[in-house]
Amino acid sequence: MALQADTVAANLDGEHALGLLREMIRIRRFEEKCAELYSASKIRGFLHLYIGEEAVAVGTMRALTPDDNIVATYREHGHALLRGIPAESIMAEMFGKQQGCSRGRGGSMHLFDAKTRFFGGNAIVGGGLPLAIGLALADQLAHRSRITACFFGDGAVAEGEFHETMNLAALWKLPVLFCCENNLYGMGTALQRAESETDLSLKATSYEMPAWPVDGMDVVACEQAAQRGALAVRGGEGPCFLEFRTYRFRAHSMYDPQLYRTKAEVEDWKKHDPIATFQEKLRAEGILDDGALKGIEDEAAAEIEKAIAFAEAGTLEPVEDLTRFVYSESKSQ
Amino acid sequence: MSANGTIKITYREAMRQAIRDAMIRDQRVFLMGEDVGRYGGCYAVSKGLLEEFGPERIRDTPLSESAFVGAGIGAALGGMRPIVEIMTVNFSLLALDQIMNNAATILHMSGGQFNIPLVIRMCTGAGRQLAAQHSHSLEGWYAHIPGIKVLTPATLEDARGMLWTALEDPDPVLIFEHGTLYNMEGEMAADAGPVEISKAVIRRAGTDVSLITYGGTLFKTLQAAEQLAASGIDAEVVDLRTLRPLDTDTTLDSVTRTHRAVIVDEGWRSGSISAEISARIMEGAFYELDLPVQRICSAEAPIPYAKHLEDAAVPQAATIFESVTRLMGAHG
Repeated sequence: MALQADTVAANLDGEHALGLLREMIRIRRFEEKCAELYSASKIRGFLHLYIGEEAVAVGTMRALTPDDNIVATYREHGHALLRGIPAESIMAEMFGKQQGCSRGRGGSMHLFDAKTRFFGGNAIVGGGLPLAIGLALADQLAHRSRITACFFGDGAVAEGEFHETMNLAALWKLPVLFCCENNLYGMGTALQRAESETDLSLKATSYEMPAWPVDGMDVVACEQAAQRGALAVRGGEGPCFLEFRTYRFRAHSMYDPQLYRTKAEVEDWKKHDPIATFQEKLRAEGILDDGALKGIEDEAAAEIEKAIAFAEAGTLEPVEDLTRFVYSESKSQ
Repeated sequence: MSANGTIKITYREAMRQAIRDAMIRDQRVFLMGEDVGRYGGCYAVSKGLLEEFGPERIRDTPLSESAFVGAGIGAALGGMRPIVEIMTVNFSLLALDQIMNNAATILHMSGGQFNIPLVIRMCTGAGRQLAAQHSHSLEGWYAHIPGIKVLTPATLEDARGMLWTALEDPDPVLIFEHGTLYNMEGEMAADAGPVEISKAVIRRAGTDVSLITYGGTLFKTLQAAEQLAASGIDAEVVDLRTLRPLDTDTTLDSVTRTHRAVIVDEGWRSGSISAEISARIMEGAFYELDLPVQRICSAEAPIPYAKHLEDAAVPQAATIFESVTRLMGAHG
């Protein structure tokens, strides 16, 4: 049932394709810089990089409108950037500055933004799923046409909250687009060591919702699947589940020596690098040339430099504010 | 309604009135939980509400505490005012991830961007021979968590009035209803309405000793206080009403008048809310004390089924009376 990207590549609009490439490169360069800044101790705590998985976020975000809700995981820098949270405030957040999108209280794992309806940055695996159906329930009860996109990894599938949520979402026909980013490892535990059934879309199917696997290394396939899934969800027929089969090229977090997988395996997956393969395809079709690529790279570099300068110049939240927002400051919130 | 403007009502009915009132006042309010609809509520609190408000707003859920509590949080984020009912406090542990990691943290963690106007109601406490998986008193444990509010209505007026105030609160509020109170019947003003939820209340004024309690042990403590009065000890009874934020001032004022403090708490003693209250008395009124603070808590054991053991496990009017008499006799 997986959509074949090749069947549509021929019809790929040049500008549109370059846009997809631009977004993937933007996320990757941003995160490569984050890794450097981590080594330089500018960013601390846990830092989970999305490198290798960019096609999934880029493809799915294209299917969402600014009014939709996003619930993401702790590997969410890319989603946040694509959603329109300024790179400056994301970087400032990781620097622990009060100009950060969560005032420096959340860090890399907890990016939040009310303006773009970005509901975290959730770092309890599976914990965001119930929130997503609640947001969707609010929309259903208020007869709004908004949908909620909920991202989670293959690790979440082993959690009870996943199964409770799938059941309730389907039972109540809630408008949720479940986006499972299956990168084959829950931290260091390979999927086949964690799941008796490794076809994750089958699990969702068993809850009576449309579900299918998608080539998560192919941005066009991701976009098409997300468009199709979002359309179904908007149609009011309940949730839809997309299993994006992807791979994380970098360590789980910055502390991970990767003893659980071989270098050869990683190298093998890198042959399917969503950026390199898409660039190649676009070059072959005459959509991309060196000049255009340089333009994209320069643009990303400039944005990142600006973000770092903003974060460096940012200020620390006064310690006196430590207990602000434990409770709301206004009754009318 | 009687001539003096009061009605006869049970705690259960008062709670139901409160939910009904909230449903009528605010279209964003809905009730969700296990068997709240067709069954009428495990403790019959929501009986009849499905017929009146329909299945969208009186919403039966599967046995998925984590998902429906989390959905309540999400719906609150999405602009609704959900009331989530959890059958009993022990089951709330299945949703503890959502309560602790999401409801209590998201406002602070998001730098003040996302508040969660959610009310979670649940039954708590022993006294019905329901044994060790339906009888504990974990409200004090929840009161450990910054970011949520913890209410323990004991009186009919609080059963009737706390819910609306809780629903108007921008942040998550947990309401613990002691299981032995549902059948309690009494007179309540016919026009009883919202009550404030941040202050403890003196339920019985006295001069010799302060008995500080809340929830299911309030009436046992009041009963013990009457017996103490008959033997010449004038006890003051403080009903805490809210365990977080804890109104320390009312307790300290009382202790400053009586110079003796006994805390009665159905929770376990170790690491409990009673320990917290005791510490606050030490911090705030140490030099007012004539005696060390005393505590009457549940036995450090799971609550057993057999009635005589269950009775022995939790504070009773008789044990409160005896403890206070002994204390006052030894030092009075």
